[in-house]
Amino acid sequence: MAAAKATEVLFQPIFNNNPIALQILGICSALAITTTLQTTITMCLAVIFVLTCSNFFVSLIRTHIPTNVRIIVQMTIITSLVILVDQVLQAYAYEISRQLSVFVGLIITNCIILGRAEAFAMNNSPGMAAADGFGNALGYSVVLLFVGASRELLGSGTLAGAEILHPVAEGGWYAPNGLMLLPPAAFFLIGAFIWLLRAWKPDQVEEPQFRIAPNSRSVEAF
Amino acid sequence: MFEHYLSLFIRAVFVENMALAFFLGMCTFLAISKKVQTALGLGVAVVVVLTITVPVNNLILHHLLDEGALAWTGIPALQSLDMRFLGLLCYIGVIAAIVQILEMTLDRYVPALYNALGIFLPLITVNCAILGASLFMVERHYSLGESVVFGFGAGVGWALAIVLLAAIREKLKYSDVPAGLQGLGITFIIVGLMSLGFMSFAGVQL
Repeated sequence: MAAAKATEVLFQPIFNNNPIALQILGICSALAITTTLQTTITMCLAVIFVLTCSNFFVSLIRTHIPTNVRIIVQMTIITSLVILVDQVLQAYAYEISRQLSVFVGLIITNCIILGRAEAFAMNNSPGMAAADGFGNALGYSVVLLFVGASRELLGSGTLAGAEILHPVAEGGWYAPNGLMLLPPAAFFLIGAFIWLLRAWKPDQVEEPQFRIAPNSRSVEAF
Repeated sequence: MFEHYLSLFIRAVFVENMALAFFLGMCTFLAISKKVQTALGLGVAVVVVLTITVPVNNLILHHLLDEGALAWTGIPALQSLDMRFLGLLCYIGVIAAIVQILEMTLDRYVPALYNALGIFLPLITVNCAILGASLFMVERHYSLGESVVFGFGAGVGWALAIVLLAAIREKLKYSDVPAGLQGLGITFIIVGLMSLGFMSFAGVQL
């Protein structure tokens, strides 16, 4: 791994090894806070900060951590960073902090962060680990921004608060799709994102557990 | 009194389902729902851990961290100390410790259950449904009794959702899914449909 190029480590997770679409990590927060673009962007920035820093610091002390208490050490580092983010948000962006409610705290249990600390930061130098953290956070942000932008645009006709599609209620032409603001829409959109991504990069397609055999005789179908 | 608790329980199970309304514990929810048997084991483990951790965190909040909570020590400097910013660190520590203690106790006294739960117990530490329930408890100012009922209800709701999803996925492996949606993609869409179904509980008032 030492020979891996920093740029590769940085850009690989964005589309080729996306944490949400391929590694099934960090899905919880991706769904709950994507109703508007503003909260989505705040969440992305918070995750980029926490993931880059946690990977860097975990990697920095990796040779001093005894293996059997490593999870607790990693959790302490991550939690301290999240408390920092939480306090800053409460001080300077109280309104957004209230909208995000418990989900800022839940960055701690976002599996991307512990997963990358465990899988990458424990075996690599601090610089590379920070690049890996930043890259994975970008991959996470790409999915979140896609979902957040679609939900806000289709659900209320605005983007980050600015009106794009003029809604019917104010004499315009666009009838907002209320479904987009409800929880299930997030699932459908991530499903769609995965479909698009895999249509573009077919090597990520999973093998079906069973192949359906074609009917050997047409009579059997009736 | 009883009615209040019953309505809290029903709300936690159906209306405010941890998995389908708040998307908590999604990673394990999607990764470990291929078989009903394993889903059931994980579900039981989550119910047990939630029922213990939420009340314990409630006690910690009210007797150690909250503003003025340390007044019982009688030390003047601690009378109005507000240590809620340490909340996250305490909650996650409590959860990790309880999961560890539970694992050792089960191993010693109930080996059958320990073997059945297997690797799921340690996995629960990083399940966001557990930490999420504690944070909701803080945000909604539950009392000790309420937090027991809420923890149990949230666990049952999560277990119900994962068992249902596993049952659907067991049938699904025989169906002809478009290549790009195979596996994770179609699972997302199914969970979306389940979540749509659970939304019909939204108007239930008890």
